[in-house]
Amino acid sequence: MRRTSPALAAYSWLVYGFLYLPILVLIVFSFNNSRFGATWQGFTLKWYGVLFGRSDVREALLGTLLVAIPSTLVSTVLGTLLGFGLWRYSFRWRTPLTFLMVIPIVIPDVVMGVGLLMLYALVRTVVPFSNGLLTVLLAHVTFQVSYVALTVRARLAGYDRSLEEAARDLGASDLQAFLRVTLPLALPGVLTGALLAFTLSLDDFVVTYFTSGSGFRTLPVLIYTNVKRGITPDINALSALLVGVTALVLVLASVISGRSSAFRRSARRGREDS
Amino acid sequence: MLSFRRFLASLGPGTVWLVIFVVGPALILLAYSFLTRTDVGQLGAPVTLENWQRIFGYDALFQEWVPDNLRVLLRSVLVAAVSTFVCVLLGYPLAFYIAAQPPRRKNVLLLLLILPFWVNFLIRVYAWIIILRPFGLVPSTLAVFLGMTYAYLPFFVLPVYSSVEKVDWRLVEAAEDLGATPVRAFWAAIFPQTLPGLIAGVILTFIPALGTFIVSDLLGGSKTALIGNLVQDQFGQAGDWPYGAALSFLLLGAVLLGLWLYARLAGQKGLEELI
Repeated sequence: MRRTSPALAAYSWLVYGFLYLPILVLIVFSFNNSRFGATWQGFTLKWYGVLFGRSDVREALLGTLLVAIPSTLVSTVLGTLLGFGLWRYSFRWRTPLTFLMVIPIVIPDVVMGVGLLMLYALVRTVVPFSNGLLTVLLAHVTFQVSYVALTVRARLAGYDRSLEEAARDLGASDLQAFLRVTLPLALPGVLTGALLAFTLSLDDFVVTYFTSGSGFRTLPVLIYTNVKRGITPDINALSALLVGVTALVLVLASVISGRSSAFRRSARRGREDS
Repeated sequence: MLSFRRFLASLGPGTVWLVIFVVGPALILLAYSFLTRTDVGQLGAPVTLENWQRIFGYDALFQEWVPDNLRVLLRSVLVAAVSTFVCVLLGYPLAFYIAAQPPRRKNVLLLLLILPFWVNFLIRVYAWIIILRPFGLVPSTLAVFLGMTYAYLPFFVLPVYSSVEKVDWRLVEAAEDLGATPVRAFWAAIFPQTLPGLIAGVILTFIPALGTFIVSDLLGGSKTALIGNLVQDQFGQAGDWPYGAALSFLLLGAVLLGLWLYARLAGQKGLEELI
């Protein structure tokens, strides 16, 4: 451990202030008794009431979950198999495959969004369908798979492949060896990957925006269309609520897991935008 | 034979998925970028280089040069570069501060760093509208810079932090013993050790900043339009898919080229560490 100067400490806390200022302002203003809210006009809970009365908000919340839950399940299965395979086998195409897996993580969301939009348009010339829940779901699985695979792969990296062989030497079948030796070892990685995939799905705006068509909306898409029209206090309330839920889930998860490395890894991405 | 089937069963489905939904769209973008604008979604129009010429400011016959779109491209690179630079200024010292704390405190500080970034991206950008609008700063270039820096700061700090944590401080002592000034000791003994994290951090900040459209859409105006806004416009109001495809493919190509160079430098391990 190294000594740090007071100047560095002060500077660092200023940076933390910068990180939290917008979120605090957002929460404070969600309780502000003013329609156009630039100044403080007294405390109120009415915007939360307005929010709960909006049927489009409820629909968008449902839409968000209808995408997030199935896409997380599919991507967790696909990603776990992929991460396991990358760890278990040595083959010529390993580096190109890793490269392919990293692409969905690094390409700008707008490129992924319009690319999928065009893919769907092309398929539509053969099979008629309209954009909506299904097209958004497929799109989300696409950016989730890589994260799950890399998380599982990272979790298994510390273990020796011969563990499975040992199980087989002791009479386990291949399936037994996988289910009783490898999968339990990989499980923390699988769960972290699934949690990450779920949050990425909840958070995504850009890819959903381009692939959802006109009839289907998730919460981020709803927030975007509202924000484009101007500041509305009930959207402050919605944002503050989402901040609260996020913080609660994160603190619980970190208390349960006792490790922050998973969060560290997962925060390194900016799916929402970009 | 059996083992090959297991190999296929584990790697097959995911690979097929990625080929269909990642390689497929990339190829479609490339193909569309050489087509002419027709009814949205229609293929088979005449093959042309016009979309690519347009990006660089030329018309179909190379008679005029109107570099409006080229200006947007340059602006995107500039905005991303400046935002990344501000992230370095804010984040690099912060990484040292966190790394110097006792373990428990370190974990709390890391969690505190990450928490805001689990908040929805749109909401984080929207919060800046609430703060800056009373000062008449929305839309403005300053707001775009602030929003970008705010949005991508943790992507920068985290990889730098993992490099700083591994710094071998004995080298600094050695440098000081040999009479180096603190500044000299930093550049000679510390900075090179943090370089891998710094490079990863810069990549992870610069790439999303280059491709964003939300920040400039919500905090900036038409004067701060970036390549992302241009793409969005082609698939929205302008309705020019082939041109949008060319712009997207350009963005994709730039990112893949950067990633490929990074992979050449850092190898398989570096690729996996990028996230």
